Amino acid sequence: MQPQSHAFKDNVRTALADANLQRALDRFKGGFAVKRKIVADKLPEFEALRDEAKGIKDHVLANLDLYLERYEAKVVETGGTVHWARTPAEARAIITDICRSVDAKTVTKGKSMVAEEIALNDHLEAAGIRPIETDLGEYIIQLRKEIPSHIIAPAIHLNKEDVAKAFREAHTHRDPARPLDDGGVLVGEARAELRERYLAADVGITGANFLIAETGSSIIVTNEGNGDLTQILPKVHIVLATIEKVVPTLEDVSTILRLLARSATGQEFSVYTTLSTGPRRDADLDGPGQYHVVLLDNGRSGMLGTEFQDMLRCIRCAACINHCPVYAAVGGHAYGWVYPGPMGSVLTPSLVGVREAGHLPNASTFCGKCESVCPMKIPLPKMMRHLREREFEGALSPPATRFGLSVWGFFARRPALYRAATGLAMRMLGWAGRREGRFRSLPLAGGWTSVRDMPAPQGRTFQAIWAERRRG
Amino acid sequence: MTDARSQILGLVRRARGERADAAAVDARLAARRPNLIPARAQLPHAEQVALFLKMAAEAACTVERVAADADVPEALATYLAAQNLPAEVRIAPSLAGLPWDRRPTLTVRPGKADPADAVSVTGAFAGVAETGTLMMLSGPEHPTTLNFLPDTHVVVIRASQVVGTYEDGWARLRAGPGTMPRTVNFITGPSRTADIEMTLYMGAHGPRRLHVILVDSDPS
Repeated sequence: MQPQSHAFKDNVRTALADANLQRALDRFKGGFAVKRKIVADKLPEFEALRDEAKGIKDHVLANLDLYLERYEAKVVETGGTVHWARTPAEARAIITDICRSVDAKTVTKGKSMVAEEIALNDHLEAAGIRPIETDLGEYIIQLRKEIPSHIIAPAIHLNKEDVAKAFREAHTHRDPARPLDDGGVLVGEARAELRERYLAADVGITGANFLIAETGSSIIVTNEGNGDLTQILPKVHIVLATIEKVVPTLEDVSTILRLLARSATGQEFSVYTTLSTGPRRDADLDGPGQYHVVLLDNGRSGMLGTEFQDMLRCIRCAACINHCPVYAAVGGHAYGWVYPGPMGSVLTPSLVGVREAGHLPNASTFCGKCESVCPMKIPLPKMMRHLREREFEGALSPPATRFGLSVWGFFARRPALYRAATGLAMRMLGWAGRREGRFRSLPLAGGWTSVRDMPAPQGRTFQAIWAERRRG
Repeated sequence: MTDARSQILGLVRRARGERADAAAVDARLAARRPNLIPARAQLPHAEQVALFLKMAAEAACTVERVAADADVPEALATYLAAQNLPAEVRIAPSLAGLPWDRRPTLTVRPGKADPADAVSVTGAFAGVAETGTLMMLSGPEHPTTLNFLPDTHVVVIRASQVVGTYEDGWARLRAGPGTMPRTVNFITGPSRTADIEMTLYMGAHGPRRLHVILVDSDPS
């Protein structure tokens, strides 16, 4: 899809005023985070595993071309085909051609953020091929013609009434009077609908959580089993993955898998972790006859060797999103593209540019929670700071911000003046707010006080108190 | 025009400069050295088996333990009756040798899954104790569809197949079959989703029930 990240500020206003969305987000807050903490605490080696996982991916990124070549050779050796794509257009053309080569009418799809990134569904439809999302959340948002609002829980912004409405409108062959107020009934209806689609599909498309250089395998990790039915029933399995997904060995992927589910959903292990290697073997009774891997770059190679290379360690677990106070307040659609939350605030500007997505790295309180829970130890706040610098250097930040920063910069470069000015300001504000202890409005701070009060300072600066304590 | 492959590899190569070390890469791929192994499953075998059953149950499997192969048909029939399921099952060809005739009321048909099959019964390649995970290899003796299409999946696994960790599973795979099958499924509990209002519902697309029958003795 075309990124809409430039509209972030408007999107935020809409999101904050959307009562339905806020109801859904209330359910989200804390849910995954609490579960993550419980399972992480049950594994004493969790922190050490984070260091190991980081080391594995750093090693791969430092040798990425070699690992890609060795991975490709293994895929070919096991009977699969590797297709290279620089751009979304190239990836889409490759996939469309494979579908046409088997005269495909419908394709089933496992959840793939890369497929969202290249807007694959729109292009398949335009080519006369019907794509059917099979992950329940993706199925729901496909019916509603929306994009995912979360990378592992695509329909997290919805309430079950929204799902019931979408099912009534789409499943018109069913009794219109059927009760749909129970989540379990909704799951059952989707299961029954999709079962027929799996069996009828000509091609199955999945993403990949990892590609293994040692064996030429691709891995998907799911809880529903939809990605498996997607790839074992049709004649053709297409894997769509970006180049940074490769890991060296089965041992290395085992290490990272110990972190993935725990960080994502707070499970000890996801229900289905599936390694696919080539097409079905001659004697097999089931499985796809063709296995294709589409390896997409789409901007990743441009991040290598820059201050954003660490982002390529990301395993898309969503822990940063699940712990982000900004995401929890506005939801995923406000971010305007495929990747929301802290990882999106770094990845989106890296892939589509600061001009389009410069707002996103500003949408952070820098509380640091994202980095502290990231299984791959990606320094997300540091990278958001780099992006803010780029925005400033590119003269893309708004004039008021630039003016404010230059005023602040004038004082910050003159420490004595800075201490005097801030000391005076704190005393004045402390005096002015002494009665209520807070301000309902302040000049030049309407953006803050329009939605919350500003606590009145206690009268002294942090620097003054700090200096006194060090002396004392 | 350069083709996509050489251009992408060229960009990657340029970005990483001179640091690449082909010998180190090939050595790592050949060595397949395990990384840090959690202590949780580094136990005597009997305790690994107990941990496997405990973790599988935590992942919402139902588990039971029988002494020998001869007990499996009885255990299966009892389970099916308790769940009000038909005594008609699709079995993995690898299980055709079990003494099914001990329960003549059971109908067992070997093969891949048919969409109409309500219950499948398969073996497993290994059981991984650390998370109660079943490791399944695809092949003519174990069609993958049996793991996903039926509503109820029953797995017969021997105690001797239980290992501590995923790495132990890979070691057995390399020592046994040697090559990767088309599909390796790690399965931890029955299918589920929390995509509607973050509420957990079982049986999203794969089996709603996953029943593990652990057989203590190996066939004599």
